[in-house]
Amino acid sequence: MCFTQSFWQLTISGLALGSVYALIALGYTLVYGVLQLINFAHSEVFMLGGFGGLFLVRGLGIDNPSGVTSVLLVGGGMLAGALLGAATAFTLERVAYRPLRRRGAPRLAFLISAIGASFFLLNLAGKEFGRFNNPMPPLYTSGKVFSVFGAQVTTNQLVVAASALVMLIALDRIIAKTRLGMGIRSVAQDAEAASLMGVDIDKVITRTFVLGGLLGGAAGFLFGIQFGVQYNMGFSAGTKAFTAAVLGGIGNVRGAVMGGLVLGVAENLGVACVSSAWRDVIAFLILVLVLMLRPTGLLGERLGRSA
Amino acid sequence: MTTVDAVQRGSTWSGVQRWARRDEVRRAACLVALMVTIAVITGPDGSQNSPYSGLRGSLLSRHAIPFYVLAVILAATSLAGGRWTTAATAPVRALRQRTTGIVIPKPVKLVALALLAVLVLYYPTTLAPFWQTVLVDQMGIYVLLAVGLNVVVGFAGLLDLGYIAFFAIGAYTTAYFTDKLPVHPPFTLNPFFVFPIAVGAALLAGVILGGPTLRLRGDYLAIVTLGFGEIVRITAVNSDAITNGPQGAFGIPHFSAFGYHWTLDSLPYYYLLLVVVALVVFFFRRLDDSRVGRAWAAIREDEVAAAATGIPTLKFKLMAFAIGASTSGFAGVIYASKVGFINPDNFPLLLSILVLTMVIFGGMGSIYGVILGAAVLGWLPNYLRDYVPAQDRFIYFGALLIVMMIFRPQGLLPSRRRSRELRLSELGIGGADGTGPIPGSTQ
Repeated sequence: MCFTQSFWQLTISGLALGSVYALIALGYTLVYGVLQLINFAHSEVFMLGGFGGLFLVRGLGIDNPSGVTSVLLVGGGMLAGALLGAATAFTLERVAYRPLRRRGAPRLAFLISAIGASFFLLNLAGKEFGRFNNPMPPLYTSGKVFSVFGAQVTTNQLVVAASALVMLIALDRIIAKTRLGMGIRSVAQDAEAASLMGVDIDKVITRTFVLGGLLGGAAGFLFGIQFGVQYNMGFSAGTKAFTAAVLGGIGNVRGAVMGGLVLGVAENLGVACVSSAWRDVIAFLILVLVLMLRPTGLLGERLGRSA
Repeated sequence: MTTVDAVQRGSTWSGVQRWARRDEVRRAACLVALMVTIAVITGPDGSQNSPYSGLRGSLLSRHAIPFYVLAVILAATSLAGGRWTTAATAPVRALRQRTTGIVIPKPVKLVALALLAVLVLYYPTTLAPFWQTVLVDQMGIYVLLAVGLNVVVGFAGLLDLGYIAFFAIGAYTTAYFTDKLPVHPPFTLNPFFVFPIAVGAALLAGVILGGPTLRLRGDYLAIVTLGFGEIVRITAVNSDAITNGPQGAFGIPHFSAFGYHWTLDSLPYYYLLLVVVALVVFFFRRLDDSRVGRAWAAIREDEVAAAATGIPTLKFKLMAFAIGASTSGFAGVIYASKVGFINPDNFPLLLSILVLTMVIFGGMGSIYGVILGAAVLGWLPNYLRDYVPAQDRFIYFGALLIVMMIFRPQGLLPSRRRSRELRLSELGIGGADGTGPIPGSTQ
C-alpha cells in the first residue's frame, strides 16, 4: 500500500484532526437529536469560538510561555472559545430557531433560517476581524514529545487530542448520568411525551444548543492552534464535521465521535495515496460508500438510545 | 447575614427576574440589541493590526450616537406603552385577515396578466446594460435553476444540496463540444445544438447519482448530494488534462441558430430564457397536475404509505431527480454561452444552497412563488451593491433570510396544496415527510 512507510505518522495526525471534527460533529448531532434539524450555522459557532480563544491569548500577550503558563493559556483560550461559542449558539437558538418553533414552521424553513444566520455571522466576522488568516501566537514550545511505532507525536497533536478526549468523555457522562442528559435523551425520543412528563422542552433545547456551542467553540480554538483562525474556516470544517456526524449515525453521540476519528484518519491515509488536492473527495466518497452499506451510519442509533 | 436580609435580597432578586421576564421589558431589550447590531453592521471595518477597531468605531464613536438615541426612544416607548407593537401591527393583521379568501374576479386577473406580460416583455429594453446583464446572469438563470430544483424539493420532497453539479455538467459539456477544453470532441457544435447532449449528460448524471442514493432518508440524502456536488467541483479543479483545472474554459461562443446570432448583448438571451422558462413552467405545471404529480405528493407526505398503496417510490423519486438535473444542465448551457468562460469557482456548494434558498424563500412547490423568490434574491445583492460595501452584502442577505423565515416561513407565494399540508401536519395529521413541523414546536 502507498502508506506503509508512514502509516502510524498519518494515523496520529489523522486522530488529532479527527478529534476536532468529532467535537464539532457533536454539536450537529446533539441538535439533530432533539430537533431533527441540521444546524447549518454551527460552523459559525466554531469559527467564533476560534476568534474568542485567539483574542484572549493575544490580549494576554505573554511572550515565550512555558510550563504552568502554557497550560493556563491553553485552558484559558479553550474556555474563552467555548464561552463565546456557547453564547453564539444560545443567541442563535433564540433569534433564528425559537420564533420559528413557536409558529410551527416547516423543517426546511429552519434550514433557510440557519443558512441566513450562517451568512450573517460569517460576513460580519469577516468585516470586523478582517478577511485573512490570524495565526495563533505560540502557546508552548512545540516539538516532538515521544514516538509510537516510530511515529513522532508533537506537542500540538498531544494537546489537541488530549483536550478533545477530556471533553468527549465529559459529554458522554453528561448525556448518560445527569438530569440534563436525561432531559435531552427524553426529548430526542419523543418530545411530546417528554413534555407531558414535565420536561421543560424549551429549556432542554436551549441547553442542548449551549452544550454543542461549548464543544464547538473549544474546537475552534484547538483548530486555531493548528491552522490559525480565519473568518471562513467554519465552512469546510463544518461540512466535514457534519459528514462525520452522518458517518457515525446522526443523532448518536458516540457515533459522532467515531465518525470524526474515522474521517480524520481515512482522509490522511487517502491523501497519502492520491494527493492532498483530493482530500475532500476522499472524505465524501467514504461517506457515500458507508451509507450504501449502512444507510443510517456506522452506529446508526438515535440520541435517545445512545447512552 | 441575617435571615431577613436573605429573604429581602432573594425577593429583590426574584423581583428583578420577574421584571426582566415581562413582555415589554423583553421587547425593549430586543430593540436595544437590534439597534446595537445595526450600529455594528453599518460601522467601519476592522483592520489587520487592531482587530477591535471595527467594533470600537461602531460602538464607541459618533457613528453610534443615532443608533443609541433610537434604541433609547424605542425601548422607552416599549416600556411605557406596553403592547404598542401589537397595537401598531393590528391594522396590518386585520387587513391580512380581510384579504385572505378574497376571490379575484376573472377580468381583473386577465388585465393584471396582460400588464405583467407588457412589463416582462417591454420593461427590460428600458434598463441600463448593467441591469440587463443582472437580469440574465443573476436572475433569469437562477429562475430556471430554481424552477428545476422546485421539482425535486417542492414536488417530490427530496432535499438536494448538490444541484449545482448538474449545472456544472451542462456548462462543461458545452465547453467540450465547442472545443474549448484540452480534450477534443469528435465534432464541434454551436452551443445552441449542445442543448440535447448537455441535458442528456445531466440526466444521466442524475440517474447515476440518484439510483443508489435515493433509497436514503431525508437528511442522509442531503449530505450525499452535497458530497456529490463537491466531488464534481473538485474533480473539475484537479483534472487539468480534461477540464483545464482552475483556469477553466475560455471563449465559449455565443448561441447561433436558424440564421440568428446572439451577441454580447443581454437582451436576446433574456428573451431566450423567457421562452425556455415559459415552456418549462407549462410542462411542470402539467406534470404536477398529472398522475406523476400526485405520486410525488403522496411520496413527500408519507413515503411508507405511498409505497404501501403501490406507488413505485424509487422510480418516481428518480424521475423527479432526473427532471431537476436536466433542467439544471439546460441552464448550464445557457450560462456557458452567455458568459463565455467557466471555471470550477462558478459552481461552489454555496450556489446549491443559494438556489435552495430561493425555492424555499419563494414558496416550495409553488412555481410562481419560486420564480418570484429567485428573481428577488437574484436582484437583491445587486441592488444592495449601490448602498452598502460589496463585501457586506451577505450580512444583509442573511438577516433578510432569518426575518423572512420568522414572519413568513411558508414563503412569498406558497402553493395552496402545500399550505394545506402544512396546516394539517401542524394539527398532527400526516406530515411524516421532511417538511412537517419539527419536534418541540409549540402551537
